[in-house]
Amino acid sequence: MHMIEINAIEKTFNPGSVNQKRALNGLSLQLDEGDFVTVIGGNGAGKSTMLNAIAGVFPVDKGEIFINNINVTKLPEHKRAAYIGRVFQDPMMGTCAHMQIEENLSMASRRGQRPGLRWSARAKDREFFKKRLSILGLGLEERLTDRVGLLSGGQRQALTLLMATLKRPDVLLLDEHTAALDPKTAAKVLEITDQIVQENNLTTIMITHNMRDAIAHGNRLVMLDSGRVAVDIKKADYPNLSVQDLLKMFEKASGDAILSDGLLLS
Amino acid sequence: MELVLSTVAQGLLWAVLAIGLFITFRILDVADLTIEGTYPLGAAIAVMTISGGQSPLLAICFAFLGGCVAGAVTGFLHTKLKIPALLAGILTMIGLYSVNLRIMGKATVSILGQNTVYSFFEESMTKVMATFTVGLIVTVLVWFFCYIFFGTELGAAIRATGDNPQMIRAQGINTDVTIILGLILSNGFVAITGALLAQSNGYADVGMGTGTIVTGLASVIIGEVIFGTRSFKNWLISVVLGSIVYRGVVAFVLWLGMNPNDLKLLTAIIVAVALALPLLKSRVQKLRAKV
Repeated sequence: MHMIEINAIEKTFNPGSVNQKRALNGLSLQLDEGDFVTVIGGNGAGKSTMLNAIAGVFPVDKGEIFINNINVTKLPEHKRAAYIGRVFQDPMMGTCAHMQIEENLSMASRRGQRPGLRWSARAKDREFFKKRLSILGLGLEERLTDRVGLLSGGQRQALTLLMATLKRPDVLLLDEHTAALDPKTAAKVLEITDQIVQENNLTTIMITHNMRDAIAHGNRLVMLDSGRVAVDIKKADYPNLSVQDLLKMFEKASGDAILSDGLLLS
Repeated sequence: MELVLSTVAQGLLWAVLAIGLFITFRILDVADLTIEGTYPLGAAIAVMTISGGQSPLLAICFAFLGGCVAGAVTGFLHTKLKIPALLAGILTMIGLYSVNLRIMGKATVSILGQNTVYSFFEESMTKVMATFTVGLIVTVLVWFFCYIFFGTELGAAIRATGDNPQMIRAQGINTDVTIILGLILSNGFVAITGALLAQSNGYADVGMGTGTIVTGLASVIIGEVIFGTRSFKNWLISVVLGSIVYRGVVAFVLWLGMNPNDLKLLTAIIVAVALALPLLKSRVQKLRAKV
């Protein structure tokens, strides 16, 4: 009984052209309820492609994806949204800049529901929104009617995170959601992430390009290489895991000594 | 005074079209050229309904429905057949030229002397006052409809679609549906203006749609620049006021003795300048910072 089950999915972009790229190559991964998996891997390892495949941004060529035992493989993106909360790398992607904080939250609170003709931003939700916003500690609870475009990147990303979890998702997908933020803001957003994930016992997949973050957060760590899982470990089995250990594991698993510079430097 | 009232009246009739254009251009963030065909479509349907002996009110309703269908066609071409929005609009617009000729049977149909929506009011007031009254009623109705509709869950989803389609899909909204709905509403309103103008002018002409989009854009942009875009409500009011100001500008330059044939060029220049304003502003600021 897994919350998310990915069975040997394959995806090739631009098949038959010179730009043909096999992004997912028989990738399989199972998450139990409450698992918080951090995902690392070099450029082109298939990290984002995997998340987008789960979210239904494109159909996969082969394999199956189950969320909470529902086969979502053939469902379009907007139908899978009922099960999935998402935060993107670009802080601009998760919110509507021209709409108020309150309007954004009320849309998020109905994720996966058919929109009706009732008033969208209802007064009775306001207290609930304020309570949830106060978790962020950014003072946004006093700015409900401000347009989101007025917020900083970090504030928008924190808001997106809150929106993604406002209605409890079966799976939370975080696609390098702190990569575009300055180090201090990134740390704050990661802290909020841990808090929200723990409080709601959310099944979470978090991509990061920072190996230390990958070690410090979550209860499992997965390393992707060439569109498949190269390393999959439980943190509990490795209490003193270091970046060096990870690099060794990766070498052993992929037979490839050199990771991307980005991974080594971070 | 008479001239001012007549200008405001014209502005109100055109305000419905401006609101329609606002829905596509600002809310959905697409330039929808369909309206160059739906404006005469609304006029054609209205004159044929009236010359068929039906009520002028019914003529407006039929025009609205006709416009909605045209919008749905563009929406289908754009979302389901993945044709770029601009081209999808052009295709529908060109197709509508033939449709409009079919509806009217010839290039121009006159309904002079027949009952129109204005006739009812003309019994108790001047022609200009009647136009003003009808314009005010219709604009207020359409305005309130839009204000309320775009505050609902469905309306908010349409607004979010133009703002950030990726985000609203992640909330479980089918953006194909919201785009089609927006185009339907927009073109319905544009057709209403066509029906109102045809009844006001006493005729419909198959070529009357040329430049509609630029006229509408001028109203939207003038309204935004002068009256602001602070909130959705404020923005929606600005569009209506912009339409009235634009008619004022037109009346003024004509009063100054400008050749009416030059009007479209002037409008195009106004829109081009207004659209370039943000860029010009930032250039000026940069220059100032250097000094």
